[in-house]
Formats: sequence, C-alpha cells, structure tokens
Amino acid sequence: MIVNQRDENPAGPHLPLERLPGHTSLGRLERVLRRGEFAVTTELNPPDSADPEDVYNRARIFDGWVDAINAVDASGANCHMSSVGICALLTRMGYAPIMQIACRDKNRIAIQGDVLGGAAMGVANMLCLTGDGVQAGDQPGAKPVFDLDCMSLLETVRIMRDNGKFLSGRKLTTPPQVFLGAAINPFAPPYDFRPFRLGKKIAAGAQFVQSQYCFDVQMFRTYMQRVRDLGYTEKVFILCGVGPLASAKTAKWIRSNVPGIRIPDAVLKRLEGAQDQKKEGKQLCIDIINEVKEIPGVSGIHVMAYRQEEYVAEIVDESGVLKGRQPWKREARDDDRMVADRLDQILNEDLTETQVDMVKSAH
Amino acid sequence: MPETQPTPTTASGPANGSQVMPPNAPPGVTQATAVKMAAPKTDYKPSDVSPQRRVQRSFAVRLWSVRHSRLLEWFYAKFADAFLTLHPLWKSIGYGRVEAPVKFIEKRVKGFMFDCRMCGQCVLSSTGMSCPMNCPKQLRNGPCGGVRANGHCEVEPDMPCVWVKAWEGSRQMVHGDKILDVQKPVDQSLRETSAWLRVTAQAAAAREAAKAANTGASA
Repeated sequence: MIVNQRDENPAGPHLPLERLPGHTSLGRLERVLRRGEFAVTTELNPPDSADPEDVYNRARIFDGWVDAINAVDASGANCHMSSVGICALLTRMGYAPIMQIACRDKNRIAIQGDVLGGAAMGVANMLCLTGDGVQAGDQPGAKPVFDLDCMSLLETVRIMRDNGKFLSGRKLTTPPQVFLGAAINPFAPPYDFRPFRLGKKIAAGAQFVQSQYCFDVQMFRTYMQRVRDLGYTEKVFILCGVGPLASAKTAKWIRSNVPGIRIPDAVLKRLEGAQDQKKEGKQLCIDIINEVKEIPGVSGIHVMAYRQEEYVAEIVDESGVLKGRQPWKREARDDDRMVADRLDQILNEDLTETQVDMVKSAH
Repeated sequence: MPETQPTPTTASGPANGSQVMPPNAPPGVTQATAVKMAAPKTDYKPSDVSPQRRVQRSFAVRLWSVRHSRLLEWFYAKFADAFLTLHPLWKSIGYGRVEAPVKFIEKRVKGFMFDCRMCGQCVLSSTGMSCPMNCPKQLRNGPCGGVRANGHCEVEPDMPCVWVKAWEGSRQMVHGDKILDVQKPVDQSLRETSAWLRVTAQAAAAREAAKAANTGASA
C-alpha cells in the first residue's frame, strides 16, 4: 500500500496543490522553501526532438532527488524544445517545473500569454531572465526581441498575479498563481552593485533566486554577507548554483568562452592534478556544496550538471543536503497498481473465461 | 532559513497601482481606443504617427523609384557590372577595409531613393524597386491580408502598401518575375552591412567557380 507523499494532491500528482496561507503558488517548491527545508533544484537538458519520452526519460534521472526542475528557454540562444512544451509534459507527470522565460525571443504579448498558459497547465514556478544574445547561439541571424528585461518581466508577472491585470491594465478573470524566481550572478563585475541588483529584483517581485555557477566560495560568502546586511535574505530565498566540471579542459574552455562564470586558479589546479578528472570534478562540486550550505541565508542549491545529469543524484546524496528528506517522487498509486495488476493478469494468465465463469469468480 | 518568512508579495506595492486602468472595452470601441483613452493626461502629446513615420514622413521619392523601376533595373545592372569589374581593387584593399566608406555612400543613396533600412541583403530588384523592409511587418514575400481597399497599409493608414507598389513596379521590369521567388528569412546579423559589396564578392566567387569548371571541362 502506497501512502500519498507529502506535497501531493490526493486526487492525482498532476493536479495543483492546495494553497497554504501566505503562499502565492500552488506548487511544491514554495512549500519546501517556506517550511525552511534545504531545497534542491536542477536543470533539464532540453531535447532536440518532438518525442515526449525524451523529456520523461531526462526528468526520471532526478526522481526523488530534487524539488523542482528548471525547464530552460533556449539557453545560450541555442534552439531546443521550448520551456512551455517541456513544462506541459512535466506537469502532466506531476513534476514541479520551474518555467524559465527569456526576453530574447518573445515580446510582452507572447510572454503574458505564455504566463497564463503555463499557469493553466499547473506550472507553479516561473523564472524570469533576460536571456543570452542571439549572437551566442546556433542561429545568430535571428532577430533579438528584448522587449522586456528580466526586471520588467518580473514586475509584469507580479502585476498579473497580484493585481489580476495585464500590463495594459486589462483585467484577468483568473490570475496566474506562481512563485516568482530570478537569476543572480555575484561573480561578475560590478561587484559592489550586485547585491543592490538583487534588491531591485526583490522589489520587482522575485521570491527566489538561483545563482550562476559558484566555484569561488569566498566571493559568494562576501556577497552573501552584504546581502544579509541589507536584509534581503528575509525577503528572498537564495539558491546557490553549483555543478560538476567534467575536466580541466572543460573548465578552461568555460573560462575563456562563457562570460560570467568565474573559475579560480585553485580549482583548475585541483582538477589538473587529479587522476580521474571527472571524479574530481564531482568531488569538487560536493565540497563546494558543503561549504555553501553553511553560509547563513542560503536556502538551497541549484545543481546544473549539463550533460552529466546522471551525477545529480550522487552529488545530492553524497553532500547530504537533504538530511534524509526525500523530495517528491513519481510513484505508482493504488489505482495505477490495480490497473497494472489486472493488465498483468489479462496478458500473462493463459485462460479463456466465459461470461458465466466471470460472474462466478466475481462473487 | 530564518523564521521570518518572506511575505507573499515582496515589493511594497504594484508600481502602477494608482494609475487609471482601462476597463475592458465597451462594445463598439476597440481595445486600442480604450487603452488610449485611459492613458494619463499630460500636456505633451506626440504627434499621432508611428516611430517609423517620424523618421520617414514623405513617400515621394520612394514612389518615384517604383514608377521608374525599369530604368533603375537597367541602371543597377550596369552599376553591378561596374562594381564587379572593380573586384580586384576591392580585394586588394580588402573588403573589410572598404566596407565603411561604401556603406556610408550606399546607406545615403539607397536611403534617399528607397528609404533603405540597411538590412544588408538587398532584394530591391526582386521586389519592383520597393523596399520590403519598409513594411511594418517587414514582409519579404508579398502583401499581408490586411491591405486596405485603397491600397494603403493596414498599420500605417496613410502609407501606400509597400507590396502593392512592389507589384506595380515589378510589372514594368524585365526580370519582374523575380518577385515570385520565395525569399529566405532575413539574416539579422547582416544588418548595417553593405549589400553591394556582398553581392559583388559572391558574383566574383561564382564567376571564378564557373571559369574553373570551364577550364576543367575543356582540359
């Protein structure tokens, strides 16, 4: 007998949860964070295919290890399955997706429509981003939109949710109930301004933020100190972005090609000196998590393991951040089990029943 | 996480909470009118033209170019040939280096003649000498369904539809049927580059390839 898990609608895992007092969304991630539990989120590598199984298989790797999954919106301006599409599939299966919205590809008309559509499908978390420039991606000839930016996007969705209005002022009959997220990067200049930028995002409506990859813990600590002094940790949940580096070569490539990710020399040296660089990269990630989780004001981690998704479970497990807690996991429910048993009986038991026999055995 | 939980709405209030908001449009009034009427009243009112029309207020030269599309087609063919014969010169200076001055001239000449938007991939000779980038939807393959009965644009009511003019222009041209070709999506990364130089370099490359193929065949 399977007992319904915590944070699951008894009528079905794909249905929205009951809204708790003080919550703005009907989702699992907000519940976990507001209970004060250390949250773990991760990122789904979006497939270049039209097969829903690809999404389900990629999400299954995280089962029971993460509280929410980011559905990225053409990250790096590379074309993949859309975040709206991924969210539609994930919510169907009961997962808690974080729908990323980038301002690069859609203007305010499309974005507000997608916010409503996403919320209607059961997306409870939305992460507002500006997005990479089109020049960074596989289709540099595309027209960059950037009608809104991350800040005005946050405000737009907040106005839709709290005031029940479009940006134009037209009324919504049912406002989207979402938990609003944003991104932070403490590792890029101007360092003094970064904490205030978080403050602006909070004012615009951010309720949780995920950071860029953290490899320089000292820098993150300084940033968090400043953020605490400004009192922002009371107003927003901060999730620190972490991830394994596959090798020293990858680290070097990131350092020279991906702006905004800071990899200190010590990290590079440690990877280069290792026998098994991939294993060392994973260990490094776990060590960073262990340091980061002790920093006051950090409410969780965001594990980005691009093309190393299989390590997410190990990283979460070995770092012990869940403290024995098991996040929601898709499990067979009682009625599913009954159907499965019956199907099994029909398929495997080699008996031909007549209606008369059936009536007899039914009693 | 400290016990003090974030409040559901993190900011002090909506930024535009006190603003007058347009109601849902009453019957007989478009939503755009309702929004316009509910806009805050100020002394400053921009003149009622679109950003595009603020840059370009007269269509006289553009329409002249379309009326003389056959002449311009003939002229452009000569001009392109001349540019192509100068290919060794461009090559010796370097296409990259010659780009800035050529673009300077191209932008002004085509800007005056066709209200050119410097998309960098000119299709004027396929569109009856009517620049399709002046279409508010930047359609490059023909008119949209919203052209008004008087042949004007649905978005800019006082502008003659770019594609109505393009069709008229193309009918006078020798190779006017190029208007029937399906155009590829605009490569936005080529904006603000010289289409003249790009076409010349491509034509030179094609000519050399043809020459190589010919000598290869005869040998």
